[in-house]
Amino acid sequence: MGITQILFWALAAIALFSALMVITSKNPVYSVLWLIVTFFTISGHYLLLNAQFLAIVNIIVYAGAIMVLFLFVIMLMNLSKDTEPQKNKWLKLAGAVAGGCLLLVLVAALRNTETRMTELGSGNIGLIQNLGNVLFKEYVVPFEIASILFLSAMVGAVVIGKREKKRVEDEIADAEVVKTEFHQNEPSAFLNR
Amino acid sequence: MDIKYYIFLSIALFVIGIVGVLTRRNAIIIFMCIELMLNSVNLLLVAFSKMHHLANAATSATAGSEGQLFVFFIMVVAAAEVSVGLAIIVMLFRNTHSVDVNFLNRLKH
Repeated sequence: MGITQILFWALAAIALFSALMVITSKNPVYSVLWLIVTFFTISGHYLLLNAQFLAIVNIIVYAGAIMVLFLFVIMLMNLSKDTEPQKNKWLKLAGAVAGGCLLLVLVAALRNTETRMTELGSGNIGLIQNLGNVLFKEYVVPFEIASILFLSAMVGAVVIGKREKKRVEDEIADAEVVKTEFHQNEPSAFLNR
Repeated sequence: MDIKYYIFLSIALFVIGIVGVLTRRNAIIIFMCIELMLNSVNLLLVAFSKMHHLANAATSATAGSEGQLFVFFIMVVAAAEVSVGLAIIVMLFRNTHSVDVNFLNRLKH
């Protein structure tokens, strides 16, 4: 067993463990952190497969941008273990059994596939020079369409995330009420209510 | 490395994502599980692209690079999806003060 095999099994074990921790952690912040660990192990798998461009993009886009966005939203909403909605125990069991059945079926169906090797640590299609050549020669149109997709996603996120004017006015009115109550009452009584 | 192990690893990660979607009620965790499933598929695509490259390297020097470009485009679409999805979750939280997906059944009223 060479060093690449050992690395593969170690990365696979860490990936599965951290993926399980993502779905079992009660605190959403821990889930995000475990998901970042999973993405790093998947990047490690890309490096083992010599797909260096994708390994770096995976770290920058997923672990860097998307997960920070998740973390920001979770911290903005002040979610923690206490606010975590609890699901029925039997529903959890049913979900686990359904997933286990799917795992069983897929593994049983693909157990006897023909043995084909992937190359580890060699081959240069994953390098940025080759991928860039193919991307900007044959896939320019999808690449440009992706930029339009990004623009529309950006506009959509802003439109959805924008507060309605009436709601903002309501919230300002609520804040005024709270402020006057705060000044009228004793601060300690206000905090205890 | 045998492609089989990559298939099994991807299946396991995908199933963990599915179990997460089925068993959790927090909308953000469900969303994270979807990201996990996308990543397991990405891993399998890269493994298949390297397998294809190994088999066809003699005929074409860039055999298999399409698979890796596909992964790149999946990441692009996932990034766009996350921005819109998180905006929807923020709006849900603002309206219901919770991220419980069961509150979404109010949409039908």
